Amino acid sequence: MNHSLNEHTLKAFDGDLITLRGLIAEIGGRAEKAVEGAMAALANNDHDLARQVVEGDKRIDALEEQIDRMVIQTIALRAPMADDLRELVAALKISGVVERIGDYAKNIAKRVLLIDADQQIDAARLLPAMADATRQLVDDAFTAFAKRDADLAVAVCAQDKTVDDFYNSIFRALIAHMIEYPEHVGAGTHLLFIAKNLERIGDHATNVAEMVYFAVMGQSMNERERGDDALAPGSD
Amino acid sequence: MLDNLASATTKPKMSARDVRVFYGPKEAIKGVSIDIDMDNVVAFIGPSGCGKSTFLRTLNRMNDTIPIARVEGDITLDGENIYSSSMDVVQLRARVGMVFQKPNPFPKSIYDNVAYGPRIHGLAPNKAELDQIVENSLVRAGLWNEVKDRLQDSGTALSGGQQQRLCIARAIAVDPEVILMDEPCSALDPIATAKIEELIHELRGRYAIVIVTHNMQQAARVSQKTAFFHLGTMVEYGDTSDIFTNPREERTRDYITGRYG
Repeated sequence: MNHSLNEHTLKAFDGDLITLRGLIAEIGGRAEKAVEGAMAALANNDHDLARQVVEGDKRIDALEEQIDRMVIQTIALRAPMADDLRELVAALKISGVVERIGDYAKNIAKRVLLIDADQQIDAARLLPAMADATRQLVDDAFTAFAKRDADLAVAVCAQDKTVDDFYNSIFRALIAHMIEYPEHVGAGTHLLFIAKNLERIGDHATNVAEMVYFAVMGQSMNERERGDDALAPGSD
Repeated sequence: MLDNLASATTKPKMSARDVRVFYGPKEAIKGVSIDIDMDNVVAFIGPSGCGKSTFLRTLNRMNDTIPIARVEGDITLDGENIYSSSMDVVQLRARVGMVFQKPNPFPKSIYDNVAYGPRIHGLAPNKAELDQIVENSLVRAGLWNEVKDRLQDSGTALSGGQQQRLCIARAIAVDPEVILMDEPCSALDPIATAKIEELIHELRGRYAIVIVTHNMQQAARVSQKTAFFHLGTMVEYGDTSDIFTNPREERTRDYITGRYG
């Protein structure tokens, strides 16, 4: 099926959808910025930036509410069908998922404020690379939404494995480090949670990608395209 | 398109194969094949002039009344060709009843409106049985409680929604197998519409039902199968839930999402 959609006879409906896509782009952009900001705050021990990220999450929450209201209103007033209906349902689910991504970024920022910066923990040296891969995943998921790109959505789901692999490496390294240096357990645990938060953000990016796929293709992404969801260590 | 037709396990009540309708030289229906079974209400949707009503009318030979209309292809009822010379058209229209857009009760009493068909078809040997048929039909049409104390009042004195249910009762009275409805709610208010839709739900299974509607929400509400017609062809026929969430054809998608034209 061709996805270059014509305009609706009722132009106001197109106006609603354009507004909604703008809101999704904004909430996605803010969530990505929050992840980036939280990790920059961690790298530079920048408490001001960390507080900005915590504060900025309120805007993400407000956007989620705005999107939900708009989706419900559009369903009620426009009685959407087919592609339109799927896009609206996807938008509703995506807004909830992005709000969670924002919460994880906020949680990372809060931990930055608690970590004793004097403790250098070499075991966490992969965290910036993991953060980069995670941020890219979020970015790609929202690019896929903006472009109605089912292939990119599939790629996001496949790429999530990279983030999971980072998490597994960091998990083992940090546990080994904390066994060796029990005085680092406080900071080490914070870093471990930060890695876990990034891993969850990656999962949520794949949720966004799955919704994009559904909206575009009219069916769920199959198991093979999603890739194996390997159990992270410690989650059993 | 053949994969849309009923599987061998369920025998269709009515089948159309490569049906073409001509009004003079103009081909209004260009080769439509469809199966209609007892278990599913079938909705025909499509823009004005797409042929959905024309096709519906082929199913009980209503087009016979239009001199320039000509029908080709096969339409069967229980496997029997309804256009064969041995088919009694009056009998056919009793087996395949029709309800129209505007309620059209006879200018007779409520009782006589419903009793008319059974009388001319000789379905009731005596008054008591006729009374029973009238009552049963009005009960099934959801009208009995509203009219049981005034059966001798004129049918035309009822409200629009009641008149339409009276017409459904009249169609039911001759014990049809198929009921065709051509935009049965377009002249009714939302409450009367809801009553007709509820009635369609209740009649499902007892009769094969085909409904033509301009209201896509109505098609979504009352039918299990939907056929989309466009420019004399049947573009897509499938489960209503699929048609409205994930149509296969772009023309269907454009129409149901309001992008048509």
